[in-house]
Amino acid sequence: MVTRDVVAVRPPGRRTVRVSATTTTRRRHTPVTWVRRGGLSALVFALPALFVFGWFSWLPIVKAVVMSVQKTNLIVTSWAGLSNFQHVLADPVLPIAIRNTLWFALLALVFGFPVPLVAAVLMNEVRRMKGLYSVLAYLPVVIPPVVAVLLWKFFYTPGPAGVFNKLLGYVHLGPVLWLQDRAIVMPALVLEATWAAAGGTVIIYLAALTSVPAELYDAAEVDGASVWGKIWHVTMPHLRGVLFVTFILQILATAQVFNEPYLFTGGGPNNATLTVLLLIYQYAFGTSLGGKYGEATALSVMLAVVLALLSVLYFRLTRRWSTS
Amino acid sequence: MRSSRTIALGMAGALAVGLLAACSATGGTTSPTTPAAGSGTPGAPGPVTITVAGTLPGASQDNVDQLNARVKEFEAKYPYITVKPEEYLWTATTFTAQLAGGTLPTVFEIPVTDGKTLIQNNQLADIDAQVKADMPYYNDFNPAIVGNAKGADGKFYAVPAKNFYANALHINRTLFTQAGLDPNKPPTTWDEVRQDAKIIHDKTGVWGYGQMANGATGGWQLAVDAASRGGSLETRNADGTYKANLTDPAVKASLEWLAGLAQDNSIDPDMSLDWAGANQAFAAGQFAMFTSGSDVYNAMVQTNGMTKDWGYGLTAVPTENGGGALGGGTLAAVKANATDAEKDAAVKWIDFWYLSKLRDQSQAAADAKVAVAAKQPVGTPVLPIFSKQLYQESLTWIQDYINVPLDNMKGYTDVMFSQPVVGEPSMATQPIYTLLSPVVQAVLTDKHANVDTLLGDANTQAQQAINQAATASPTPGA
Repeated sequence: MVTRDVVAVRPPGRRTVRVSATTTTRRRHTPVTWVRRGGLSALVFALPALFVFGWFSWLPIVKAVVMSVQKTNLIVTSWAGLSNFQHVLADPVLPIAIRNTLWFALLALVFGFPVPLVAAVLMNEVRRMKGLYSVLAYLPVVIPPVVAVLLWKFFYTPGPAGVFNKLLGYVHLGPVLWLQDRAIVMPALVLEATWAAAGGTVIIYLAALTSVPAELYDAAEVDGASVWGKIWHVTMPHLRGVLFVTFILQILATAQVFNEPYLFTGGGPNNATLTVLLLIYQYAFGTSLGGKYGEATALSVMLAVVLALLSVLYFRLTRRWSTS
Repeated sequence: MRSSRTIALGMAGALAVGLLAACSATGGTTSPTTPAAGSGTPGAPGPVTITVAGTLPGASQDNVDQLNARVKEFEAKYPYITVKPEEYLWTATTFTAQLAGGTLPTVFEIPVTDGKTLIQNNQLADIDAQVKADMPYYNDFNPAIVGNAKGADGKFYAVPAKNFYANALHINRTLFTQAGLDPNKPPTTWDEVRQDAKIIHDKTGVWGYGQMANGATGGWQLAVDAASRGGSLETRNADGTYKANLTDPAVKASLEWLAGLAQDNSIDPDMSLDWAGANQAFAAGQFAMFTSGSDVYNAMVQTNGMTKDWGYGLTAVPTENGGGALGGGTLAAVKANATDAEKDAAVKWIDFWYLSKLRDQSQAAADAKVAVAAKQPVGTPVLPIFSKQLYQESLTWIQDYINVPLDNMKGYTDVMFSQPVVGEPSMATQPIYTLLSPVVQAVLTDKHANVDTLLGDANTQAQQAINQAATASPTPGA
């Protein structure tokens, strides 16, 4: 019994489908052949992972979608149709939360996205003690987020005695109300968030930079390229694929920012740092009497749909420039 | 090769089955605290284990020892009951999460204002039979508080416990002295509070005043301020419905007073202070005055390292225009899914831990003795859970053990029974408190904040919250 594989090649942009056919006799797909060919083994090996993934990832998603059309205090439940969505969309605080989230995302993009890139490129150029710099860059990621925020909260203490205000005092500036001034509080949160998260992205960029062939730099040098020229014409093109991914990951992460506003300000002052995720939390747990779980899940579903659409749109728009 | 593959397959299968079993156990209804059927002697209660709200998070070892000593005494009295204390601090957000996740202890504490709604939502156990069996004094509770512990059917679903208090003004006597003020003559009007706050800040560099503004606590303390000026956040209509009243002149006056402190630069600009945060900040000397329940000295000793010699002082909240001190209190309740045996043990524990010391001389002395040995505060002034007469009598039982600086609390104790106590809003209390916190924050951080606009918007939202609360209980069916 001889078999051969036939590869059907579709036009560009369509999937390549591999089909199996027989030249002499057609193989019959029975349960026995499925077991003999390792189907059962594969299934049993996959079962724990499938179970864990299904139970802990997909079941909560399904439950959340169901809860978004229910009115419930988790003891007594009734169907609510789309009223939860209507309540959320009519909430005067929702536009504030969306605006704040977009503001955080923009600030994080403007300041947070280039910082790890620049740090990684510079660190890649360093010839000595590269490991030390990597450790220093990654150290903030190792610190638990709550501890990091408490530490920075201490730095941001209002009044002349605060750490940052003390430093500003040496140059006759401040004191600044870092977390109390509506104009300053969001950049203050982004500063801490960038410090806390940049290390992880730096490591990704450094890993990607190791794949750049050294010969290209040598060739560029022979051609008389400056340091900037080497970065622009050699390094950046090789980082393009990684940059596309980290860019959308950053947008997804900042759209779901919670730790910083929750721990630093609780959404204040006067909702200046209330984000969409914090609003979801407030719906569910903001008051002590059962919470608006329906509204919380409705807003979660809406956020998930928006982010999913954004991701699809992003990958469609950038497909042409992507290396993968 | 084949055998190793079989072993690997078997292990993978066993892992899958194990995970399934683990998750089933988590989601199951079997409770390790359920008494074993048939155990013990015939007719005697079977062993039962309950978890109970214990010390505050971060409590000192002395405080933990005090509770453990009382647990031992309780277990000696009821050998079939095992009590496991858990750290517990009621906050709106953590309580809701614990309620939703089913992780509350068997016996937990709730604010009196939440009692009615939690009962209406079937979220508390019916403990009427146990209360009437184990608390022969169940008719003696202070009527101002016990109504919140009963359902519409007149049954007990909770019990007044732990405390019943009025809000008061807490002062740092050391800072008063450093600023040249006499701590024995604390401020008695809001204008004096503002003046003293400014003097303290100008002379010492420490904030003169602190205000909770995080979560629901901002609205709670604004309610304190408004009540002291004769106002209220909501009014009851003749037909029993409620109307949001945030545009009350007393509420506006309270916000303008806070804005004045911000203008003076004498109020702590930290907007993240909640109940525990304010206690911690005050105990750390971050500001000199703040309002909170009259009994928070206990918490500051238990969790913030405050001592009798710290310089703590307590005085009454200033009142004007017929206002009073906003009251509050705590109910002890039992998990809705508790078994009868657990409910019985839980009510016995509530009686022993919270109430017996208020009614029984020997229990009062025993409790105070253990507390003093563990360097815990005894004698902090609170309002009576039962009658004023019984409260004053109970103080004589523990006279020898009182170790709180009562001389520094005269500003409060001199008027605590003559100052009117105002009840908290009845409908949608926590949602209204929560939506008022941003208003407080706006006034304290934005000198151009328009108080009328802020209160007008908040009033609209408060009325919506009241309307929602009135029809809150979802109907069964899904």
